[in-house]
Amino acid sequence: MGKRVLLIEDEPNIIEAISFILSRDGFTVHTHEDGATAMDKLSSQTPDMIILDVMLPGRSGYDILRDVRAMPETAELPVMMLTARGQTKDRELAERLGATLFLTKPFSNTEVRDHVRALIGT
Amino acid sequence: MASTPPLRTGSRIRARRLDLGLRQADLAEKAGISPSYLNLIEHDKRRIAGRLLTEIAAALETSPSLLTDGAERAVLDAMRQAASTAEASAVEVARADELAARYPGWAGLIAEQAARIAALEARAQVLADRITYDPDLATALHGVISAVTAIRSTAAILTSDEKIDAEWQQRFHRNIHDDAIKLAAESDALVNYFEPPEAGDTVPLSPLEEVEAALGQTGWHLEAGEVGQGAGAPPRKLRKPAQQIFDAWGAVYARDAEALPLRDVDAAIAKHGYDVWAIADALGADLAQVMRRLASLPDAPGRPPMGLVICDAGGFPTMLKEVPGFAFPRGTACPLWPVFTALGQMGRPLVTDVLVPGQPETRLKCWAIAQPVGAARVDRPPLIQATMLAMPDADPDAGQTAPVPLGVSCRICPRRGCAARREPSALGAGPAEQL
Repeated sequence: MGKRVLLIEDEPNIIEAISFILSRDGFTVHTHEDGATAMDKLSSQTPDMIILDVMLPGRSGYDILRDVRAMPETAELPVMMLTARGQTKDRELAERLGATLFLTKPFSNTEVRDHVRALIGT
Repeated sequence: MASTPPLRTGSRIRARRLDLGLRQADLAEKAGISPSYLNLIEHDKRRIAGRLLTEIAAALETSPSLLTDGAERAVLDAMRQAASTAEASAVEVARADELAARYPGWAGLIAEQAARIAALEARAQVLADRITYDPDLATALHGVISAVTAIRSTAAILTSDEKIDAEWQQRFHRNIHDDAIKLAAESDALVNYFEPPEAGDTVPLSPLEEVEAALGQTGWHLEAGEVGQGAGAPPRKLRKPAQQIFDAWGAVYARDAEALPLRDVDAAIAKHGYDVWAIADALGADLAQVMRRLASLPDAPGRPPMGLVICDAGGFPTMLKEVPGFAFPRGTACPLWPVFTALGQMGRPLVTDVLVPGQPETRLKCWAIAQPVGAARVDRPPLIQATMLAMPDADPDAGQTAPVPLGVSCRICPRRGCAARREPSALGAGPAEQL
Protein backbone atom coordinates (compact mmCIF):
# COMPACT_ATOMS: atom_id res chain seq x y z
CA MET A 1 0.00 0.00 0.00
CA GLY A 2 1.31 3.47 -0.89
CA LYS A 3 1.85 6.35 1.46
CA ARG A 4 -1.38 7.65 2.98
CA VAL A 5 -2.65 11.14 2.27
CA LEU A 6 -5.63 12.59 4.13
CA LEU A 7 -7.37 15.23 1.99
CA ILE A 8 -9.66 17.52 4.01
CA GLU A 9 -11.59 19.55 1.43
CA ASP A 10 -15.28 20.32 0.91
CA GLU A 11 -15.46 20.72 -2.89
CA PRO A 12 -16.42 17.28 -4.29
CA ASN A 13 -14.93 17.84 -7.73
CA ILE A 14 -11.60 19.06 -6.32
CA ILE A 15 -11.57 15.99 -4.06
CA GLU A 16 -12.19 13.78 -7.05
CA ALA A 17 -9.48 15.38 -9.18
CA ILE A 18 -6.78 15.37 -6.47
CA SER A 19 -7.66 11.83 -5.40
CA PHE A 20 -7.36 10.65 -8.98
CA ILE A 21 -3.98 12.30 -9.58
CA LEU A 22 -2.42 11.07 -6.33
CA SER A 23 -3.92 7.57 -6.55
CA ARG A 24 -2.54 7.24 -10.06
CA ASP A 25 0.84 8.19 -8.62
CA GLY A 26 0.65 5.36 -6.07
CA PHE A 27 -0.64 7.18 -3.00
CA THR A 28 -3.55 5.99 -0.89
CA VAL A 29 -5.95 8.90 -0.53
CA HIS A 30 -8.55 9.21 2.23
CA THR A 31 -10.92 12.13 2.11
CA HIS A 32 -13.00 14.10 4.58
CA GLU A 33 -15.30 17.03 3.88
CA ASP A 34 -16.40 18.35 7.27
CA GLY A 35 -14.18 20.65 9.33
CA ALA A 36 -16.00 19.93 12.59
CA THR A 37 -15.27 16.18 12.58
CA ALA A 38 -11.87 16.25 10.82
CA MET A 39 -9.96 15.63 14.08
CA ASP A 40 -12.03 12.50 14.82
CA LYS A 41 -11.05 11.14 11.45
CA LEU A 42 -7.41 11.96 12.11
CA SER A 43 -7.42 10.24 15.53
CA SER A 44 -8.80 7.05 14.11
CA GLN A 45 -6.40 6.88 11.20
CA THR A 46 -3.10 8.76 11.19
CA PRO A 47 -1.92 9.45 7.61
CA ASP A 48 1.59 10.25 6.34
CA MET A 49 0.52 13.78 5.44
CA ILE A 50 -2.53 16.04 5.32
CA ILE A 51 -3.77 18.25 2.52
CA LEU A 52 -5.96 20.76 4.28
CA ASP A 53 -8.34 23.37 2.82
CA VAL A 54 -8.72 26.63 4.77
CA MET A 55 -12.41 27.37 4.19
CA LEU A 56 -14.34 24.37 5.45
CA PRO A 57 -17.84 23.98 6.80
CA GLY A 58 -17.99 23.63 10.59
CA ARG A 59 -14.42 24.59 11.39
CA SER A 60 -11.68 26.43 9.54
CA GLY A 61 -8.49 24.79 8.29
CA TYR A 62 -6.50 27.07 10.63
CA ASP A 63 -8.32 25.68 13.70
CA ILE A 64 -7.70 22.13 12.54
CA LEU A 65 -4.01 22.88 11.91
CA ARG A 66 -3.69 24.31 15.42
CA ASP A 67 -5.09 21.05 16.89
CA VAL A 68 -2.91 18.92 14.62
CA ARG A 69 0.20 20.65 15.93
CA ALA A 70 -1.02 20.35 19.53
CA MET A 71 -1.49 16.54 19.36
CA PRO A 72 1.82 14.68 20.01
CA GLU A 73 1.07 11.93 17.47
CA THR A 74 0.41 14.43 14.64
CA ALA A 75 2.62 17.35 15.72
CA GLU A 76 5.30 16.53 13.14
CA LEU A 77 2.97 15.53 10.31
CA PRO A 78 3.55 17.38 7.00
CA VAL A 79 0.55 19.60 6.31
CA MET A 80 -0.04 21.29 2.95
CA MET A 81 -2.64 24.08 3.16
CA LEU A 82 -4.94 24.75 0.20
CA THR A 83 -6.75 28.01 0.04
CA ALA A 84 -8.51 30.40 -2.29
CA ARG A 85 -7.00 33.24 -0.35
CA GLY A 86 -3.57 34.13 -1.69
CA GLN A 87 -3.06 37.12 0.55
CA THR A 88 0.16 37.52 2.49
CA LYS A 89 -1.59 37.69 5.86
CA ASP A 90 -3.26 34.33 5.28
CA ARG A 91 0.01 32.77 4.27
CA GLU A 92 1.72 34.22 7.34
CA LEU A 93 -1.01 32.86 9.60
CA ALA A 94 -0.71 29.39 8.07
CA GLU A 95 3.08 29.43 8.49
CA ARG A 96 2.84 30.69 12.06
CA LEU A 97 0.47 27.86 12.92
CA GLY A 98 2.93 25.37 11.51
CA ALA A 99 1.85 24.67 7.94
CA THR A 100 4.61 22.86 6.03
CA LEU A 101 3.52 24.20 2.66
CA PHE A 102 0.95 26.63 1.36
CA LEU A 103 -0.66 26.14 -2.05
CA THR A 104 -2.96 28.78 -3.53
CA LYS A 105 -5.98 27.85 -5.63
CA PRO A 106 -6.20 27.49 -8.53
CA PHE A 107 -3.14 25.23 -8.56
CA SER A 108 -1.84 22.86 -11.22
CA ASN A 109 -1.98 19.09 -10.82
CA THR A 110 1.79 18.90 -11.27
CA GLU A 111 2.31 21.29 -8.35
CA VAL A 112 0.16 19.16 -6.05
CA ARG A 113 1.83 15.92 -7.09
CA ASP A 114 5.39 17.31 -6.90
CA HIS A 115 4.83 18.80 -3.45
CA VAL A 116 3.34 15.58 -2.10
CA ARG A 117 6.23 13.57 -3.55
CA ALA A 118 8.72 16.03 -2.04
CA LEU A 119 7.10 15.84 1.40
CA ILE A 120 6.59 12.09 1.82
CA GLY A 121 8.31 10.43 -1.13
CA THR A 122 6.60 7.91 -3.34
CA MET B 1 1.73 80.28 16.77
CA ALA B 2 1.08 83.93 17.67
CA SER B 3 -2.60 84.52 18.39
CA THR B 4 -4.44 87.39 16.77
CA PRO B 5 -7.38 88.98 18.61
CA PRO B 6 -10.73 88.62 16.86
CA LEU B 7 -11.65 91.44 14.51
CA ARG B 8 -13.86 94.07 16.06
CA THR B 9 -16.87 95.87 14.55
CA GLY B 10 -14.92 98.90 13.31
CA SER B 11 -12.32 96.75 11.61
CA ARG B 12 -15.04 94.72 9.93
CA ILE B 13 -16.70 97.90 8.65
CA ARG B 14 -13.38 99.08 7.23
CA ALA B 15 -12.61 95.72 5.63
CA ARG B 16 -16.07 95.55 4.06
CA ARG B 17 -15.83 99.15 2.77
CA LEU B 18 -12.47 98.45 1.14
CA ASP B 19 -13.81 95.25 -0.41
CA LEU B 20 -16.57 97.28 -2.04
CA GLY B 21 -14.09 99.91 -3.23
CA LEU B 22 -15.79 102.73 -1.30
CA ARG B 23 -13.95 105.77 0.02
CA GLN B 24 -14.42 106.71 3.65
CA ALA B 25 -16.14 109.91 2.52
CA ASP B 26 -18.64 107.96 0.37
CA LEU B 27 -19.68 105.69 3.20
CA ALA B 28 -19.82 108.54 5.69
CA GLU B 29 -22.15 110.45 3.39
CA LYS B 30 -24.44 107.46 2.92
CA ALA B 31 -24.58 106.92 6.68
CA GLY B 32 -25.09 110.61 7.41
CA ILE B 33 -21.95 111.09 9.52
CA SER B 34 -18.68 112.91 9.04
CA PRO B 35 -15.68 111.12 7.53
CA SER B 36 -13.64 111.82 10.66
CA TYR B 37 -16.27 110.20 12.88
CA LEU B 38 -16.35 107.18 10.57
CA ASN B 39 -12.57 107.06 10.83
CA LEU B 40 -12.83 106.81 14.62
CA ILE B 41 -15.44 104.04 14.30
CA GLU B 42 -13.31 102.12 11.82
CA HIS B 43 -10.37 102.23 14.21
CA ASP B 44 -12.59 100.95 17.04
CA LYS B 45 -12.26 104.21 18.94
CA ARG B 46 -16.00 104.81 19.03
CA ARG B 47 -18.66 102.26 19.89
CA ILE B 48 -21.36 101.75 17.29
CA ALA B 49 -24.83 100.26 17.62
CA GLY B 50 -28.50 100.89 16.90
CA ARG B 51 -29.68 102.91 13.94
CA LEU B 52 -26.23 104.05 12.80
CA LEU B 53 -25.02 100.45 12.66
CA THR B 54 -28.10 99.51 10.62
CA GLU B 55 -27.48 102.34 8.18
CA ILE B 56 -23.80 101.52 7.75
CA ALA B 57 -24.65 97.85 7.25
CA ALA B 58 -27.22 98.78 4.60
CA ALA B 59 -24.70 101.01 2.83
CA LEU B 60 -22.21 98.14 2.91
CA GLU B 61 -24.87 95.69 1.63
CA THR B 62 -24.46 93.39 4.59
CA SER B 63 -26.24 92.59 7.84
CA PRO B 64 -25.57 94.40 11.12
CA SER B 65 -24.94 91.07 12.89
CA LEU B 66 -22.19 90.14 10.44
CA LEU B 67 -20.48 93.43 11.27
CA THR B 68 -20.83 92.98 15.02
CA ASP B 69 -20.51 89.21 15.40
CA GLY B 70 -18.44 88.33 12.37
CA ALA B 71 -19.16 85.21 10.41
CA GLU B 72 -21.80 82.68 11.29
CA ARG B 73 -20.82 80.40 14.12
CA ALA B 74 -21.53 77.25 12.10
CA VAL B 75 -19.14 78.33 9.34
CA LEU B 76 -16.43 79.15 11.87
CA ASP B 77 -16.88 75.81 13.62
CA ALA B 78 -16.67 74.00 10.29
CA MET B 79 -13.50 75.93 9.35
CA ARG B 80 -11.85 75.08 12.67
CA GLN B 81 -12.89 71.47 12.23
CA ALA B 82 -11.29 71.50 8.76
CA ALA B 83 -8.13 73.06 10.22
CA SER B 84 -7.95 70.33 12.85
CA THR B 85 -7.40 67.73 10.16
CA ALA B 86 -4.49 69.65 8.62
CA GLU B 87 -0.94 70.33 9.82
CA ALA B 88 -1.55 72.57 12.84
CA SER B 89 1.27 74.95 12.03
CA ALA B 90 0.09 75.44 8.46
CA VAL B 91 -3.30 76.98 9.27
CA GLU B 92 -3.89 80.32 11.00
CA VAL B 93 -6.73 78.98 13.13
CA ALA B 94 -6.93 82.11 15.27
CA ARG B 95 -7.62 84.21 12.20
CA ALA B 96 -10.58 82.13 11.01
CA ASP B 97 -12.95 84.84 12.22
CA GLU B 98 -11.15 87.45 10.16
CA LEU B 99 -11.18 85.30 7.04
CA ALA B 100 -14.87 84.46 7.45
CA ALA B 101 -15.84 88.10 7.99
CA ARG B 102 -13.84 89.42 5.06
CA TYR B 103 -14.50 86.59 2.61
CA PRO B 104 -17.73 84.84 3.66
CA GLY B 105 -18.03 83.13 0.29
CA TRP B 106 -14.57 81.55 0.53
CA ALA B 107 -15.17 80.64 4.16
CA GLY B 108 -18.43 78.93 3.24
CA LEU B 109 -16.65 77.06 0.47
CA ILE B 110 -13.92 75.85 2.85
CA ALA B 111 -16.58 74.61 5.27
CA GLU B 112 -18.59 72.94 2.53
CA GLN B 113 -15.53 71.30 0.95
CA ALA B 114 -14.36 70.03 4.33
CA ALA B 115 -17.77 68.48 4.94
CA ARG B 116 -17.74 66.92 1.48
CA ILE B 117 -14.23 65.50 1.96
CA ALA B 118 -15.28 64.03 5.31
CA ALA B 119 -18.36 62.44 3.69
CA LEU B 120 -16.28 61.02 0.84
CA GLU B 121 -13.66 59.66 3.24
CA ALA B 122 -16.37 57.98 5.27
CA ARG B 123 -17.83 56.52 2.10
CA ALA B 124 -14.42 55.31 0.90
CA GLN B 125 -13.86 53.65 4.26
CA VAL B 126 -17.22 51.90 4.05
CA LEU B 127 -16.38 50.62 0.57
CA ALA B 128 -12.89 49.51 1.61
CA ASP B 129 -14.32 47.68 4.64
CA ARG B 130 -16.96 46.15 2.46
CA ILE B 131 -14.40 44.71 0.06
CA THR B 132 -12.04 43.54 2.81
CA TYR B 133 -14.46 42.06 5.29
CA ASP B 134 -17.74 41.46 3.53
CA PRO B 135 -18.61 37.78 4.00
CA ASP B 136 -20.83 37.79 0.89
CA LEU B 137 -17.93 38.91 -1.29
CA ALA B 138 -15.56 36.40 0.34
CA THR B 139 -18.08 33.61 -0.25
CA ALA B 140 -18.68 34.61 -3.87
CA LEU B 141 -14.94 34.83 -4.60
CA HIS B 142 -14.27 31.55 -2.84
CA GLY B 143 -16.97 29.91 -4.94
CA VAL B 144 -15.49 31.23 -8.19
CA ILE B 145 -11.93 30.19 -7.30
CA SER B 146 -13.05 26.74 -6.14
CA ALA B 147 -14.95 26.15 -9.38
CA VAL B 148 -11.98 27.36 -11.44
CA THR B 149 -9.62 25.10 -9.47
CA ALA B 150 -11.80 22.06 -10.02
CA ILE B 151 -12.17 22.80 -13.74
CA ARG B 152 -8.44 23.36 -14.15
CA SER B 153 -7.48 20.11 -12.39
CA THR B 154 -10.12 18.05 -14.12
CA ALA B 155 -9.36 19.47 -17.57
CA ALA B 156 -5.65 18.78 -17.04
CA ILE B 157 -6.43 15.14 -16.24
CA LEU B 158 -8.61 14.80 -19.35
CA THR B 159 -6.04 16.37 -21.66
CA SER B 160 -2.99 14.60 -20.26
CA ASP B 161 -1.23 11.94 -22.32
CA GLU B 162 -1.99 9.23 -19.80
CA LYS B 163 -4.87 6.93 -20.65
CA ILE B 164 -8.03 7.22 -18.57
CA ASP B 165 -10.74 4.56 -18.60
CA ALA B 166 -14.11 5.44 -20.08
CA GLU B 167 -15.99 5.52 -16.78
CA TRP B 168 -13.59 8.07 -15.25
CA GLN B 169 -13.58 10.06 -18.43
CA GLN B 170 -17.38 10.33 -18.34
CA ARG B 171 -17.29 11.27 -14.68
CA PHE B 172 -14.76 14.06 -15.26
CA HIS B 173 -16.75 15.44 -18.18
CA ARG B 174 -19.80 15.60 -15.94
CA ASN B 175 -17.77 17.31 -13.22
CA ILE B 176 -16.57 19.99 -15.63
CA HIS B 177 -20.14 20.57 -16.75
CA ASP B 178 -21.33 20.91 -13.13
CA ASP B 179 -18.49 23.26 -12.27
CA ALA B 180 -19.17 25.41 -15.33
CA ILE B 181 -22.77 25.87 -14.17
CA LYS B 182 -21.56 26.63 -10.67
CA LEU B 183 -19.05 29.13 -12.02
CA ALA B 184 -21.79 30.94 -13.96
CA ALA B 185 -23.91 31.21 -10.81
CA GLU B 186 -20.99 32.47 -8.73
CA SER B 187 -20.15 35.01 -11.43
CA ASP B 188 -23.73 36.28 -11.27
CA ALA B 189 -23.38 36.65 -7.52
CA LEU B 190 -20.24 38.73 -8.04
CA VAL B 191 -21.88 40.93 -10.66
CA ASN B 192 -24.82 41.52 -8.31
CA TYR B 193 -22.39 42.40 -5.55
CA PHE B 194 -20.91 45.19 -7.63
CA GLU B 195 -24.29 46.60 -8.68
CA PRO B 196 -24.59 50.36 -7.99
CA PRO B 197 -25.48 51.18 -4.37
CA GLU B 198 -29.13 51.62 -3.46
CA ALA B 199 -30.79 54.99 -3.26
CA GLY B 200 -29.87 56.78 -0.05
CA ASP B 201 -26.48 55.10 -0.04
CA THR B 202 -24.90 57.53 -2.46
CA VAL B 203 -22.11 60.07 -2.18
CA PRO B 204 -23.21 63.69 -2.42
CA LEU B 205 -23.83 64.78 -6.01
CA SER B 206 -22.18 67.75 -7.68
CA PRO B 207 -24.63 70.59 -8.49
CA LEU B 208 -24.66 69.55 -12.17
CA GLU B 209 -25.38 65.93 -11.30
CA GLU B 210 -28.07 67.08 -8.90
CA VAL B 211 -29.78 69.02 -11.70
CA GLU B 212 -29.45 66.14 -14.15
CA ALA B 213 -30.95 63.75 -11.59
CA ALA B 214 -33.87 66.17 -11.03
CA LEU B 215 -34.41 66.55 -14.79
CA GLY B 216 -34.26 62.77 -15.07
CA GLN B 217 -37.28 62.59 -12.77
CA THR B 218 -39.30 64.67 -15.23
CA GLY B 219 -37.97 62.80 -18.27
CA TRP B 220 -36.25 66.14 -19.08
CA HIS B 221 -39.66 67.52 -20.04
CA LEU B 222 -40.64 70.70 -18.17
CA GLU B 223 -44.31 71.66 -18.32
CA ALA B 224 -43.55 75.16 -17.01
CA GLY B 225 -40.95 75.65 -19.75
CA GLU B 226 -43.52 74.71 -22.41
CA VAL B 227 -45.69 77.68 -21.41
CA GLY B 228 -42.87 80.18 -21.04
CA GLN B 229 -42.55 79.98 -17.27
CA GLY B 230 -38.91 78.88 -17.03
CA ALA B 231 -37.98 75.73 -15.19
CA GLY B 232 -40.86 75.84 -12.70
CA ALA B 233 -40.47 74.04 -9.38
CA PRO B 234 -37.91 71.22 -9.44
CA PRO B 235 -39.28 67.72 -8.68
CA ARG B 236 -37.02 67.56 -5.62
CA LYS B 237 -35.42 70.15 -3.35
CA LEU B 238 -32.12 71.34 -4.79
CA ARG B 239 -29.17 72.97 -3.07
CA LYS B 240 -28.62 76.60 -4.02
CA PRO B 241 -25.96 76.13 -6.74
CA ALA B 242 -28.02 73.33 -8.30
CA GLN B 243 -31.15 75.48 -8.17
CA GLN B 244 -29.30 78.24 -10.04
CA ILE B 245 -28.26 75.80 -12.77
CA PHE B 246 -31.79 74.40 -12.89
CA ASP B 247 -33.23 77.91 -13.36
CA ALA B 248 -30.68 78.72 -16.09
CA TRP B 249 -31.61 75.51 -17.90
CA GLY B 250 -35.29 76.45 -17.49
CA ALA B 251 -34.65 79.78 -19.21
CA VAL B 252 -32.94 78.05 -22.15
CA TYR B 253 -35.78 75.52 -22.22
CA ALA B 254 -38.43 78.23 -22.37
CA ARG B 255 -36.63 79.98 -25.26
CA ASP B 256 -36.33 76.67 -27.13
CA ALA B 257 -40.01 75.86 -26.53
CA GLU B 258 -41.11 79.28 -27.73
CA ALA B 259 -39.02 79.00 -30.90
CA LEU B 260 -40.01 75.39 -31.55
CA PRO B 261 -43.51 74.64 -30.19
CA LEU B 262 -44.32 70.99 -29.57
CA ARG B 263 -46.88 70.78 -32.37
CA ASP B 264 -44.32 72.03 -34.93
CA VAL B 265 -41.69 69.56 -33.72
CA ASP B 266 -44.19 66.69 -33.77
CA ALA B 267 -45.27 67.65 -37.31
CA ALA B 268 -41.63 67.66 -38.49
CA ILE B 269 -41.03 64.26 -36.84
CA ALA B 270 -44.14 62.88 -38.55
CA LYS B 271 -42.67 63.95 -41.89
CA HIS B 272 -38.96 63.24 -41.43
CA GLY B 273 -38.81 60.65 -38.64
CA TYR B 274 -35.97 61.25 -36.20
CA ASP B 275 -33.57 62.63 -38.82
CA VAL B 276 -32.34 65.55 -36.72
CA TRP B 277 -30.81 67.63 -39.50
CA ALA B 278 -33.91 67.17 -41.70
CA ILE B 279 -36.11 68.31 -38.80
CA ALA B 280 -33.89 71.37 -38.27
CA ASP B 281 -34.02 72.14 -41.97
CA ALA B 282 -37.81 71.82 -42.07
CA LEU B 283 -38.21 74.10 -39.06
CA GLY B 284 -35.47 76.53 -40.16
CA ALA B 285 -34.03 76.18 -36.68
CA ASP B 286 -30.63 76.23 -34.99
CA LEU B 287 -29.19 72.71 -34.89
CA ALA B 288 -28.22 72.69 -31.20
CA GLN B 289 -31.64 74.08 -30.30
CA VAL B 290 -33.35 71.26 -32.20
CA MET B 291 -31.21 68.68 -30.37
CA ARG B 292 -32.05 70.18 -26.96
CA ARG B 293 -35.72 70.22 -27.94
CA LEU B 294 -35.74 66.59 -29.08
CA ALA B 295 -34.03 65.50 -25.87
CA SER B 296 -36.81 67.10 -23.81
CA LEU B 297 -39.85 65.78 -25.66
CA PRO B 298 -42.49 63.98 -23.58
CA ASP B 299 -42.73 60.21 -23.96
CA ALA B 300 -44.74 59.04 -26.95
CA PRO B 301 -45.29 55.68 -28.65
CA GLY B 302 -42.42 54.82 -30.98
CA ARG B 303 -40.21 57.62 -29.67
CA PRO B 304 -36.61 56.41 -29.20
CA PRO B 305 -34.69 57.19 -26.01
CA MET B 306 -32.49 60.21 -26.80
CA GLY B 307 -29.31 61.04 -24.91
CA LEU B 308 -27.90 64.54 -24.93
CA VAL B 309 -24.51 65.98 -24.06
CA ILE B 310 -23.49 69.61 -24.18
CA CYS B 311 -19.74 70.25 -23.80
CA ASP B 312 -17.68 73.36 -23.46
CA ALA B 313 -14.49 73.87 -25.51
CA GLY B 314 -12.52 71.92 -22.91
CA GLY B 315 -14.72 68.89 -23.52
CA PHE B 316 -16.39 69.15 -20.10
CA PRO B 317 -20.07 68.17 -20.17
CA THR B 318 -22.05 71.13 -18.87
CA MET B 319 -25.29 69.22 -19.32
CA LEU B 320 -25.71 65.50 -19.74
CA LYS B 321 -28.77 63.34 -20.28
CA GLU B 322 -27.92 59.66 -20.17
CA VAL B 323 -30.37 57.06 -21.43
CA PRO B 324 -30.15 53.26 -21.58
CA GLY B 325 -27.33 52.39 -24.00
CA PHE B 326 -25.81 55.88 -23.78
CA ALA B 327 -23.45 56.31 -20.85
CA PHE B 328 -21.07 59.26 -20.88
CA PRO B 329 -18.84 59.32 -17.77
CA ARG B 330 -17.94 62.92 -16.97
CA GLY B 331 -14.20 63.51 -17.38
CA THR B 332 -13.38 60.01 -18.60
CA ALA B 333 -15.67 59.65 -21.63
CA CYS B 334 -14.14 58.07 -24.73
CA PRO B 335 -12.41 60.75 -26.86
CA LEU B 336 -13.89 59.17 -30.00
CA TRP B 337 -17.43 60.39 -29.25
CA PRO B 338 -18.57 62.63 -32.14
CA VAL B 339 -19.20 65.51 -29.72
CA PHE B 340 -15.42 65.78 -29.30
CA THR B 341 -14.81 65.36 -33.02
CA ALA B 342 -17.23 68.26 -33.59
CA LEU B 343 -15.11 70.51 -31.35
CA GLY B 344 -12.31 70.14 -33.90
CA GLN B 345 -14.60 70.94 -36.84
CA MET B 346 -16.36 74.15 -35.80
CA GLY B 347 -19.72 74.73 -37.43
CA ARG B 348 -19.76 71.47 -39.36
CA PRO B 349 -22.79 69.26 -38.61
CA LEU B 350 -21.79 65.63 -38.14
CA VAL B 351 -23.84 62.45 -38.32
CA THR B 352 -21.91 59.44 -37.10
CA ASP B 353 -22.86 55.87 -36.32
CA VAL B 354 -21.00 54.49 -33.32
CA LEU B 355 -20.67 51.10 -31.64
CA VAL B 356 -20.61 51.11 -27.84
CA PRO B 357 -19.14 47.99 -26.21
CA GLY B 358 -21.33 45.89 -23.94
CA GLN B 359 -23.48 42.80 -23.94
CA PRO B 360 -24.84 43.19 -26.53
CA GLU B 361 -22.87 45.90 -28.31
CA THR B 362 -25.07 48.97 -28.88
CA ARG B 363 -25.21 50.85 -32.17
CA LEU B 364 -26.09 54.53 -31.84
CA LYS B 365 -26.61 57.30 -34.33
CA CYS B 366 -25.10 60.59 -33.16
CA TRP B 367 -25.76 64.10 -34.44
CA ALA B 368 -23.22 66.67 -33.30
CA ILE B 369 -22.15 70.23 -33.94
CA ALA B 370 -19.85 72.78 -32.28
CA GLN B 371 -20.84 76.42 -32.45
CA PRO B 372 -19.79 79.72 -30.90
CA VAL B 373 -22.06 80.89 -28.10
CA GLY B 374 -23.08 84.51 -27.59
CA ALA B 375 -21.92 87.60 -29.44
CA ALA B 376 -18.33 87.78 -30.71
CA ARG B 377 -16.03 90.13 -28.79
CA VAL B 378 -12.78 91.57 -30.01
CA ASP B 379 -11.10 91.29 -26.61
CA ARG B 380 -12.09 87.73 -25.72
CA PRO B 381 -11.71 84.32 -27.34
CA PRO B 382 -15.00 82.93 -28.63
CA LEU B 383 -17.01 80.70 -26.33
CA ILE B 384 -17.52 77.36 -28.03
CA GLN B 385 -20.17 74.81 -27.20
CA ALA B 386 -20.61 71.37 -28.73
CA THR B 387 -23.96 69.59 -28.61
CA MET B 388 -24.60 65.95 -29.43
CA LEU B 389 -27.82 63.94 -29.57
CA ALA B 390 -27.53 60.14 -29.48
CA MET B 391 -30.24 57.57 -30.12
CA PRO B 392 -30.45 53.90 -31.11
CA ASP B 393 -29.71 53.46 -34.80
CA ALA B 394 -33.14 52.69 -36.32
CA ASP B 395 -31.73 51.47 -39.63
CA PRO B 396 -28.18 50.15 -39.18
CA ASP B 397 -28.00 48.83 -42.73
CA ALA B 398 -28.58 52.27 -44.25
CA GLY B 399 -25.23 53.69 -43.12
CA GLN B 400 -22.75 54.61 -45.85
CA THR B 401 -19.71 53.99 -43.68
CA ALA B 402 -18.83 51.47 -40.98
CA PRO B 403 -19.74 52.60 -37.46
CA VAL B 404 -16.98 54.02 -35.27
CA PRO B 405 -16.14 51.55 -32.49
CA LEU B 406 -15.79 53.52 -29.28
CA GLY B 407 -15.71 52.80 -25.58
CA VAL B 408 -17.30 54.06 -22.41
CA SER B 409 -14.15 54.87 -20.45
CA CYS B 410 -10.56 53.69 -21.16
CA ARG B 411 -10.19 52.05 -17.74
CA ILE B 412 -13.01 49.60 -18.44
CA CYS B 413 -12.83 49.53 -22.24
CA PRO B 414 -12.17 46.15 -23.88
CA ARG B 415 -11.17 47.59 -27.30
CA ARG B 416 -7.75 46.46 -28.45
CA GLY B 417 -5.36 48.44 -30.64
CA CYS B 418 -7.18 51.72 -29.98
CA ALA B 419 -5.04 54.71 -30.95
CA ALA B 420 -7.09 56.96 -28.66
CA ARG B 421 -6.44 54.92 -25.52
CA ARG B 422 -5.35 57.10 -22.57
CA GLU B 423 -4.59 54.38 -20.05
CA PRO B 424 -4.48 50.57 -19.89
CA SER B 425 -7.78 48.80 -19.33
CA ALA B 426 -8.65 46.76 -16.26
CA LEU B 427 -10.13 44.27 -18.76
CA GLY B 428 -6.70 43.51 -20.16
CA ALA B 429 -6.82 45.53 -23.39
CA GLY B 430 -3.18 46.48 -24.03
CA PRO B 431 -1.19 49.44 -22.82
CA ALA B 432 -1.82 52.96 -24.01
CA GLU B 433 -0.50 53.13 -27.53
CA GLN B 434 -0.46 56.88 -27.86
CA LEU B 435 0.91 58.05 -24.51
